[in-house]
This record gives sequence, C-alpha cells and structure tokens, in this order.
Amino acid sequence: MTQRSIGLATAAACAAILAAVAYAPSVLRAQQAAALPIHQLPTSKDGGVVVMLCDGKTSMEVKGLKTGESMTHAQAVEVTRELMAQWQREHPNEKWEMAQTDQSSAPVPAPAAASGADGATASRAHGANAPSKGMQQGDTYASFTDRDYKVWKNETDNFVAEGKKIFHSDKELGGTIGVSCDMCHPDASNTHPETYPKYQVQLQKVALLRDMIDWCIENPVKGKALDPNDPKLRALEAYILAQRKGVPLDYGKH
Amino acid sequence: MAARHKSVETKYMEDRDAVLRGLRGLDRRTFLKVLAASAGAVMARSLIPPHTFQLVEVADAAPDKAAEATGMAGQPPFTFAYISDTHLYPRTVNQRFVRGAVKAVEDVNALDPQPDFVLFGGDLAQLGRREELDLGRQILAELKAPVKMMVGEHDWFYDLGDTWQEMFGPPNYSFDWKGVHVVVLMSVHEKDFWTARKMTPAERMQTVAGLDNGIQSRFEVGDDERKWLSDDLAKVPHTTPILVFSHSPLYKYYRNWNFWTEDAEQVQAILKPYKHVTVIHGHTHQMLYNQIGNISFYGMLSTAWPWPYAPTGLPPLTVQMNRADPFDQFDGLGDGRVNVRPDGLADKIYSLWDRNPVTVKADYLVSHGKVARPPAPQFASY
Repeated sequence: MTQRSIGLATAAACAAILAAVAYAPSVLRAQQAAALPIHQLPTSKDGGVVVMLCDGKTSMEVKGLKTGESMTHAQAVEVTRELMAQWQREHPNEKWEMAQTDQSSAPVPAPAAASGADGATASRAHGANAPSKGMQQGDTYASFTDRDYKVWKNETDNFVAEGKKIFHSDKELGGTIGVSCDMCHPDASNTHPETYPKYQVQLQKVALLRDMIDWCIENPVKGKALDPNDPKLRALEAYILAQRKGVPLDYGKH
Repeated sequence: MAARHKSVETKYMEDRDAVLRGLRGLDRRTFLKVLAASAGAVMARSLIPPHTFQLVEVADAAPDKAAEATGMAGQPPFTFAYISDTHLYPRTVNQRFVRGAVKAVEDVNALDPQPDFVLFGGDLAQLGRREELDLGRQILAELKAPVKMMVGEHDWFYDLGDTWQEMFGPPNYSFDWKGVHVVVLMSVHEKDFWTARKMTPAERMQTVAGLDNGIQSRFEVGDDERKWLSDDLAKVPHTTPILVFSHSPLYKYYRNWNFWTEDAEQVQAILKPYKHVTVIHGHTHQMLYNQIGNISFYGMLSTAWPWPYAPTGLPPLTVQMNRADPFDQFDGLGDGRVNVRPDGLADKIYSLWDRNPVTVKADYLVSHGKVARPPAPQFASY
C-alpha cells in the first residue's frame, strides 16, 4: 500500500487544525520509535479514506474519496471544517489553543516521512511552549518548541564540528605538504571573519571569507581550491564563523 | 682621611697603571697578541666607551687554548645566535619549511664576527621521525659556529626521545661559558595521556603536534628534572649570571595552546636566589618577552610558521610584533642573537625576515617597561 500524507494547511479556514495521516501500519511502525503510541484508524466499510486528528480520537471518512486518490482543495477545506466542528462538539468547553499545549506528548509526523509528500507542509503538533499572557499568538515561528530548537542547534553544531575536523586535517583539505589550517590558526584565531567583505589587494578583488579560505587552501596548504558551494568549504566557513560569536561585524577592516 | 668615593678619573688612572705594570711582565709575542685582541674586541663589539681603562684581562693573556675552546675563559660580553622551531617534514613532503631552516643557517653563517655558539631552540622535526631529525641535523651541520641542541615536543613524542638522544645526547645538560652558567632544560615532558586512550606512537605524536586539541597534557619540567636543576645549581654562586634554555616558556601564558609550563612557579623558585637569570625559550613562534622577579624571559622566533598572540595571558611587557602577512612565506619568522652583557643581563635581537630587526634590551625588562621601550606595532593582533 502506498503511503500518503495529507497535509492540511488552510490557515484561513482553520488555523492549525491537526490532521493525522493514513499510513500503512507497517510503514508507520518503521518510522516511529518504539515508545511512541500508534493511532488505530477506524477502517472504512467500502475502501474509502479515513482522516484522523492527532488526538487519536476524532476522525471522519471522506465521502466519495477512494484510497489512492487525491483530495481537491475544496474537499480538503470541507474535511478540515468538519473535523474542527467535530472536535469542538466533543470538547465544548475547551479552547483549542490550550488543548494544543497539553498535547506535548502527541506524536509528530517525522520530517523524513513528510518529505514524500507533494510539497504540502504538514503542520506540527505543538506543545511545551505555553504562550504567555500579553504576547502575540498563532505565528508559525512563535510556535516552535524547545525540541525544535534543540534539533536545529544539533544540526548546526554538527556542521560546525565537520568544519572543525576539516580545518584540522591536511588530508581532508586536500593539502599535499602536511599543512592544515590549525597550524597557523589554532582555534581559528587570526581569521577575522567579521572583517569581510574587504578589498584584498593580493587577490585584486573584493574578497569574502570563503575567498580567503580558498586562497589559503591553494597556497600555504597546497591543495586545490574548493568550489564556493562545496560542502567542505561551507563547513570550514561555519566553523570559523562559530569561533567568533559575539564579535561585532566590521566589514572592510584591514 | 681616605676618600670614601673615588672619582672616575682616579679609577681610570689606577686601572691604567695596573694594566701597564702587568704588560711589562709579558714576553714580546704575548704582548702583541694582547694588543691585537684588545683592538679586535673593541671594534667587533662596538662597545660604548668604558668608564675605566679596560683591556683584555692581562692575567689571561698567556694563551690557554683548552679553556678558550670550551668557552670557560673570559667574561661577558659575548654573543650567541639562535635558530628555533624548524618543524621539518621530509624533503619530499614539504619544501617550505626546509627553505626556512636553510635561510636561518645562511643568516647565522653570514654574521661577522661569528657568534660564540648557536642555540637550536627545539622542534627540529615536525612529527618526530628519524628522517626529519636527520634532515635537520644535515641542515644544521652547515653552521660554522658550534651548535648547542635543545629538544622540543615535536622531536620527542613519537618515540619518547629515543632518536633524539641517540643523535644529540642527553636532553638536559649544563655548561659554563665565559663566566655564565648555562642550563639547557627538557621542559616539554607530559603526563601520560596516551596509554589510557590506546594511542599508537603516530597518534600520540599527532596529538602533541596539534596545538588546540586539548587532549595532551600541559608541559612540565617534572620532579626528576627539577631535582637535577637544583643539584646542578647548588655549586653555582648566586652572583654568577644564569642562562636557561628551555622549549616551553617556564611561565604561564596561555593554557589552551600549551604556551605553558605546569610547574613554572617551582622552577622559578629554584632560580630565585640568583642575581641575574635570563630564560631563552621556543615553542611560541612570536616575538615575546616577560619579566618575573629576577628572571627575564625571551621567546625565540620560528623559521617555519608564525603564531598569533593568544587571546589572553600575553605578558604586559610584550610589545606585539605586526601580524604576519599570509601572502609572504617568510613574514613573522626569523632567527636572532642574544648579547650577554658584562653584568650578566642579556639583550635580544629579533632578526625578523622581511622586516627591520627589533632589539629588546634587558634594561626595558628589568625596569618593568620604564626605559628603552621597543617599537610599537602597526598591525597588532585582534
């Protein structure tokens, strides 16, 4: 069975309504960690598509939609309205925002799973960041959780660590004379990334940090200059910039 | 009533009379030798005219060839040159560092008059391999003046000093030179960090070679060698000037880069009773100097690559050298000389390649910066 991800992002009609996805159970199990709960969707009697909210309870069958078919926009809007109405009927006294923050343990469709979708963004289950009084509500950006920030920080730190590894290795740099960046620049000292762009007379052009890195790779390190989009050059740049956190920018300083 | 204070003129005349009386006792050949030596000494050293009549010590004018060869005879002033931190890879791998080492040897060989000896400041090899040490030995063999070798961490930690000691003898030793007691230390011992991590010799050497990895231990002289130093100095009068050659700085500059000696205070305590102590150290690859109590510290330049000043811990007395120009392969590097003065203090000449030389005087250090300040940089580190 093909897996399908139905993303509902009709913000005007229903800000942040949560829609579960009808996965083939085996695929779903493969993607989730053992600890996460699995939602059992009620099956349709005649092979139609059932859509469920992330609360694991509220669901409906989409009339006239067979498995494997795509919803039209109009159908999707109708489904979201119906699901929201159902939820509000079952939770008459709850404001959905507060319920949202209570759902901190609800499973989130993993970003890798959503990448198979046709470009539609999957809204996340939000939790753990109770919006405080007097602050604006409802923005996508403001709704990211601590966990999100942790994941992103991890990714960034890993990238910087990759740059650090290359910085310290003549082999990774492609050097041919046993010289690596850290020999002249321990802890990336004396790299001054905050002073670029500046006119570098020896290069006869306005240089960015990556131009200087490339120059060093060609000359003292005696390797081949890396393409500006080479992931190694980007990682080196990331490492160098990360060592200068908090230093004010001062482009053009010589 | 005897004059409690003699005027300069009186002292001059008394010394002159003493010398001329002494000269009468010489045979003709020795007299001519003394004349020649005296004229040569004044011209070669460009000395400021002395306060009082000075000639080569008449008592020593009878030639003592054995003593002169070992340097035991005579007094300061004298000059020695230094070459340090050549960090050689095998010729087939890296030519640039070879060029630097050869350039330094040519500089020293071009000195006229020749220095008394040449100190090699440590880190002859980059990764401690026999091939690298051998290459270094060949390059230094071209020096005309005698060479005093000192070991650095890059020479030691591949095989824990086996090859170094086979080629160059004991890592720490002492000798006397023209009234100065000279101690050469092995100051880059490290507590074992490699056994627990199951490192191979190559991995251990690679770790020590990396300045900023934080895995290796901090440098130290160590208990055994501090004891050796105490015993060695026990026979030396406190008025004798002391020169200490060390690879690590023997003070605490920047821990993260091992610009550091862990037992620095204890070593300084051993040196404290002596009137004039000058430490000449390597490892830092920059113009660097300091004064702690009675001890003056001068760092040597490297011939391989320059280092920026550390973010913290730079001695306040150091006037930074200009940032190195990465587009100039010799900038920020060099060699130099040390002039040991008659009073046992030492001035240091930094012969920076592609820049004007800088002289740092003992007067500047001993006065804690009040006189003889070295020139300011145009491009300080930031």
